[in-house]
Amino acid sequence: MAHTQKLSPNRFHAYMASFSKRAFGTPSAAVLSIVIFGALGYWTWLAVDWAIFRAVWSAENVAHCTEEAGACWSVIDARHRLILFGLYPYEEHWRSTFACLSIIATVIISCFPATWTAKRLTSLWVAGFAAYYLLMEGSLLGLAQVTTDGWGGLSLTLFLFASVVLLGMPMGLGLALMRRSEMPVVRSFAVIVIDTIRSLPLLTTLFTAAVVVPILLPSWLEGDKIWRVIIAFSLFFGCYQAEVFRGGFQAIPKGQFEAGKALGIGYWKIMARIILPQVFRHALPSTINMVVVTFKETAIVIIIGFFDVLASAKAAFGTGEWAPHYMEVYVFVGAIYWTFIFSLGQYGEYLKGRMALSTH
Amino acid sequence: MTTTEVLRKKSRQRKITIQVLLVIISIIAIWGAVSSAQVNLAALGITNGFGFLDRSTGWDYSFSLVERSINDPYSKTLVIGFQNTIFVGFISIFFATIFGFIIGTGRDSSHPGVKAAATVFVQTFRNIPLILQGVFLYSVLIHFPGPRQSMSFADSVFLSNRGLMLPGLNVSPSVAVALILAIASVAVLLVWRKVPLLRGLIIWIAAAISMSVIVAFVMRPEGEPLLSIPSLKGLRFNGGITVSIELVAMITAITLYGSAYIAEVVRGGLKQVPRGLIEAGQAVGLTQGQIWHRIKMPMSLRSIIPPLGNQWIFIMKATTIGIAIGFSDMFYIVSNSITQSGQTLELIFLLMAAFLTVNFSISIFTNWLNNRLKLKAH
Repeated sequence: MAHTQKLSPNRFHAYMASFSKRAFGTPSAAVLSIVIFGALGYWTWLAVDWAIFRAVWSAENVAHCTEEAGACWSVIDARHRLILFGLYPYEEHWRSTFACLSIIATVIISCFPATWTAKRLTSLWVAGFAAYYLLMEGSLLGLAQVTTDGWGGLSLTLFLFASVVLLGMPMGLGLALMRRSEMPVVRSFAVIVIDTIRSLPLLTTLFTAAVVVPILLPSWLEGDKIWRVIIAFSLFFGCYQAEVFRGGFQAIPKGQFEAGKALGIGYWKIMARIILPQVFRHALPSTINMVVVTFKETAIVIIIGFFDVLASAKAAFGTGEWAPHYMEVYVFVGAIYWTFIFSLGQYGEYLKGRMALSTH
Repeated sequence: MTTTEVLRKKSRQRKITIQVLLVIISIIAIWGAVSSAQVNLAALGITNGFGFLDRSTGWDYSFSLVERSINDPYSKTLVIGFQNTIFVGFISIFFATIFGFIIGTGRDSSHPGVKAAATVFVQTFRNIPLILQGVFLYSVLIHFPGPRQSMSFADSVFLSNRGLMLPGLNVSPSVAVALILAIASVAVLLVWRKVPLLRGLIIWIAAAISMSVIVAFVMRPEGEPLLSIPSLKGLRFNGGITVSIELVAMITAITLYGSAYIAEVVRGGLKQVPRGLIEAGQAVGLTQGQIWHRIKMPMSLRSIIPPLGNQWIFIMKATTIGIAIGFSDMFYIVSNSITQSGQTLELIFLLMAAFLTVNFSISIFTNWLNNRLKLKAH
């Protein structure tokens, strides 16, 4: 309803009039419009023609995949399970499916304002993550056990993403609080950690966790490579998120904290009841941005030897038969990433706009 | 003693205890790391220290700006890796900044076509992981036809599965490096002298072209033309500059990704220019272009430069994707050296030190630039 009201005939006419004035008002603007819209339209047509009209869809028809044909989606038809679930046991793929859906549902549900309290968001993410882990690992639910080595593809990417966000968020909050502390040693500790991690490429941090940390730790503390990498990745997330929270803290007048102190309320209670709820609100759009960036950056783990969605995509066309269709596989994986990142990014932009309006 | 004093004393004591505890825990952690490193390394039979830098490596890699051989010591190989990272990083920063400003201005345009094209560009390249774009481009380039069927533009630029062949000045590599440094220092000089943006840009381009022509004229080999143009001889190209496909894929991917981000920075800066100023410009009859370079750019540069510096650092860090497509950047060389020599701690230390130095220098440069471009105090 709101949408139709917004584009009532008058508004719509005004918009069209302004559009045509800007696009075709002067001869040079008109030429520019024709060239650009022509080129965009032509490219869209080429892409659609390749991806849909001339495409071959099923794996049985792979013989039709010739030079003249468009996209050969047969490769996706034949190998999508490898791309999505990696080397997870074939009969257990329903578990991977539900596990992935639980993470995706967690992300979608946390976009609704009704969930925006610290308690609800935390319990939502913990529940989503636990559902994922129990389904994938299996032994606690009485299913066949599959260890993390067997996880792969999109489900591994989603696992890395969810665990980094879940572990990194408290780290970020802790570092942000330490950075604001009145105690000089605590403050400089936070500053050193945050600035160092932020100046180093993520790959260096993850590589250090995967390769160097085993040397620095006694063998009983080493743990799995995947958990070391997740902790390092969370630290990276935490350091950036700490700066996001710092921006949120700066928006809160100092008087609020002092008022709390004057009333004799303790530090933790002031933080939990007065300051942090406002900080979270202010930091929300940038936090969504960080979450999006984290999802995008998980792709880097292929370099330190994890079988994530990019690695499984490479494996999907790695065999001789499908080797010529690398393009289709990359487009498929690219589309998965793009859809997720674009829609969350647009949502963040929308929130930013809405919050900018509500503060005035 | 009154109660407030007691409370205050207690709180002070608690603060001191927390800080002392933090220091003690840090010391124990570092001490534990050092001692278990000694145990673990001794078990592997690795001697600590930087002595390995003089040993020769015995392996080859894909790219270097200077002569290389498999007998080079580790020190030289690492320096080459560092050079490669700087080289790719600076080229990508250069192009990404130019495209970023153009596309960011397009995003801010009132013309719907220009705006749509810029938006499509940004939303495409910003929303796909850089490493995916890199390996995708690399795969496409490997599947390009060979030199005989290469794509050519104006018979002087060729793209084939052997790489990109460009016409180049007919001078030796060291002269070319000196020329590039000289051109870069002209840019620094112009910013230092606070020359207005558009005039500075024109002076800089004119200086770059004339310096290149003069240098090529003086330094070229006897009787050869100024430009060396690649040409197909049998199965390969002669003359010109050959850019390997790894390098083309790296630079293109990082430039596209980086320019999408820089475009958003530029758009954000342009949006902050007060409407009244732009309307004032329109009222006195300035054209769109004049408004852009006399009002919008000078006003918005102040808010563009600090996030732009962050994007430059980001691009420097992004060069680490090289290992995914076989380009021998610093990370690739360090990772290979670790596998081959086992000197993990020393090599990781060098890698981190290199990145901290470069990124620290970029932020010093950005601060300097910001101070130079700042409006005079009122």
